[in-house]
Amino acid sequence: MSPQLPKPSPESSSAGLYFNDTELTLGLPGATKSGTKRGFSDTVGLNLRGPCNTDHASNPSENDVSGDSKPPPAKTQIVGWPPVKASRKNVAKISKYVKVAVDGAPYLRKVDLEMYGSYQQLLGSLEDMFSCFPIRNYLNERKLMDPVKGSDYMPTYEDRDGDWMLVGDVPWKMFVESCKRLRLMKSIEAIGLAPRESQKCTSTSGSKSL
Amino acid sequence: MAYSFPEEVLEHVFSFIHTDKDRNAISLVCKSWYEVERWSRRRIFIGNCYAVSPGIVIRRFPELRSVALKGKPHFADFNLVPDGWGGNVYPWIAAMAMAYPMLEELRLKRMVVTDESLELISRSFKNFKVLVLSSCEGFSTDGLAAIAANCSGRFSEESRISSFDLLSFATFFLSNQTKRYNRFELKPACEVDIGSPISLIPDFAHHWCPSTFPAWPPRCPSLRTLRLNRAVPLDRLPNLLRRAPQLVELGTGAYSAEHRPEVFSSLAGAFSNCKELKSLSGFWDVVPDYLPAVYPACSGITSLNLSYATIQSPDLIKLVTQCQNLQRLWVLDYIEDSGLDALAASCKDLQELRVFPSEPYDMEGNVALTEQGLVSVSEGCPKLHSVLYFCRQMTNAALVSIAKNRPNMTRFRLCIIEPRTRDYQTLEPLDVGFGAIVEHCKELHRLSLSGLLTDRVFEYIGTHAKKLEMLSVAFAGDGDLGLHHVLSGCKSLRKLEIRDCPFGDKALLANAAKLETMRSLWMSSCSVSFGACKLLGQKMPRLNVEVMDERGRPDSRPESCSVEKLYIYRSVAGPRSDMPRFVWTMKTPS
Repeated sequence: MSPQLPKPSPESSSAGLYFNDTELTLGLPGATKSGTKRGFSDTVGLNLRGPCNTDHASNPSENDVSGDSKPPPAKTQIVGWPPVKASRKNVAKISKYVKVAVDGAPYLRKVDLEMYGSYQQLLGSLEDMFSCFPIRNYLNERKLMDPVKGSDYMPTYEDRDGDWMLVGDVPWKMFVESCKRLRLMKSIEAIGLAPRESQKCTSTSGSKSL
Repeated sequence: MAYSFPEEVLEHVFSFIHTDKDRNAISLVCKSWYEVERWSRRRIFIGNCYAVSPGIVIRRFPELRSVALKGKPHFADFNLVPDGWGGNVYPWIAAMAMAYPMLEELRLKRMVVTDESLELISRSFKNFKVLVLSSCEGFSTDGLAAIAANCSGRFSEESRISSFDLLSFATFFLSNQTKRYNRFELKPACEVDIGSPISLIPDFAHHWCPSTFPAWPPRCPSLRTLRLNRAVPLDRLPNLLRRAPQLVELGTGAYSAEHRPEVFSSLAGAFSNCKELKSLSGFWDVVPDYLPAVYPACSGITSLNLSYATIQSPDLIKLVTQCQNLQRLWVLDYIEDSGLDALAASCKDLQELRVFPSEPYDMEGNVALTEQGLVSVSEGCPKLHSVLYFCRQMTNAALVSIAKNRPNMTRFRLCIIEPRTRDYQTLEPLDVGFGAIVEHCKELHRLSLSGLLTDRVFEYIGTHAKKLEMLSVAFAGDGDLGLHHVLSGCKSLRKLEIRDCPFGDKALLANAAKLETMRSLWMSSCSVSFGACKLLGQKMPRLNVEVMDERGRPDSRPESCSVEKLYIYRSVAGPRSDMPRFVWTMKTPS
């Protein structure tokens, strides 16, 4: 094939689809082709064109074994390559286990924060784990209640600075990063931490916040 | 004199004919056979939801009970199809709700399934029994809850599940669901299987509350398949297994816990009680100490999916060599060549092997897995016919060995992780190796190429791969001749997907008629010009030629400019009406 492709043009299209173009032969490759690659360099981060630019792939008999096919060490990641499904990408999973303490419980538990995608999921799981300790899900707007002297518990956590914070203020991912341990605090003690009602509506579960 | 059987006789004869191919064939014999066949067809498979419209299907087949639909192109699995492309199942559900009130089964793959669609399904089909959503997206547990609620208690008698049991489970799920969570997004590639016998929906397991429903799962003597969510801890598994000792397929949750002897012995006891177990999967976060608990069940195992198990070769070898009857193995490349040698020596019934990369983006390679492992398995396992193999090096000699060892190969998908990798011994392209595969494996129907490849490999493929139905190509070839070889030579070709290859207009236009004999062609990051796409669209009325370009309207650039992505498929439904802003159809307005 000659190096230049004839551009599709109105004149050639009127001649019909079936090109009698002798450039498309069914003979063995390597006879006349130059085999220049087209359309790659801007889509693929690899640069396989070495200084000699002889296409090593076109004719085995002229195969040059120069090292210009060795890609540079630092390269851009190609979209969709290698072809692995999203569910397989992070097989060696990062886990973040933190201790969970509940006031009044005889022992602590541990949860892997990476297992959850939002505050809702975490709190749901904690409810399962400590099912006899009703956790006040104050994040759910419909459950807005006054802090009462009941047996409800408020979810709090210790952050990297060592401060005890109310769960739910920061975006989920930020929380996962900064949380060192969790404590379900008796509501009575947590009264000072509870947000004011007017601010309540803006607090959303982390992964869904804008 | 023309003889003809009464219709009842024809219908009775046709009731023994099940496969789509056969049914399609008999419908072509004559008009009366066409009529009898279409009224008696109960099951249909539509490989491309845009190839036909719901109306056309319903007009032709008025009595369907089972429908299977596929939506997005295969490369959507690898993020090559932008969001919003299409494949929404709702129009199909809406049409079938009116036309097929007796619909029993729906199987969807790579489609967008909204909660609205699921709710409509749950309300419309009184006899609904089987829903399979494979690689679908767009739904949440709200939609699945609707299915569970409205479709419960109606499974067929032979499943022997009393409606009481099922109703109580569904009710439990619903009441807890709405109380606690507003919305919970399932992971996109989740597989959900509700059928008879019952399979369990993975993510629901996450929300069990042991205190309110300690007896879960209900005693279901017919429970055959149970796949747990990763979040279900290992110490809950023995109890679950004891309640369902007749399980045939088990997907564990996280297979990790601190080593406690009582948990181990409980688990081992539970596994030894599961005499019907044939398939194991899950094994997330595996702690090797707990693997021996599975050994009692290994002799019956035919399918083992360890593709999420991050354990090293010695532990893998110990497990796999226990499974003498293994037919299918999916595993990470941690198994290494040594593990594959052991597999080849122990598992003589092996038919399918898939080796996935543990570190797909690490170009250096972290494991001792080479072409040799695959060669060993091809030598030692005479029934091996389906392979998916990710590795970092390959030689022509290895491929030739594999081809000669396994002429019964039907599916061969090789992914050498670095694009355009040469034969590392001879530094040549891998044309000859793949050529040997297509030459020796005469029944090959699926092939994925990788490594450095010239037009020569396509010549081999065009010459030899006469039964090839699906071909995947990436970073290969020199020019149009390669594509021409494939399109002109592969008689059975149905699906062709190409990315990052220097294929341009000529081969495509010269083989336009071929495209009507195929289901679809995908080309991305190639050199097909917008002008050629327009031409193809104009000249081929029964092809939908869709250009996908996120840079904006293709006519805002010169006609000779290459398009980003091209998806061509045959259709009797004309251009689709739900294209997003980045997809253009090459049809002249009629």
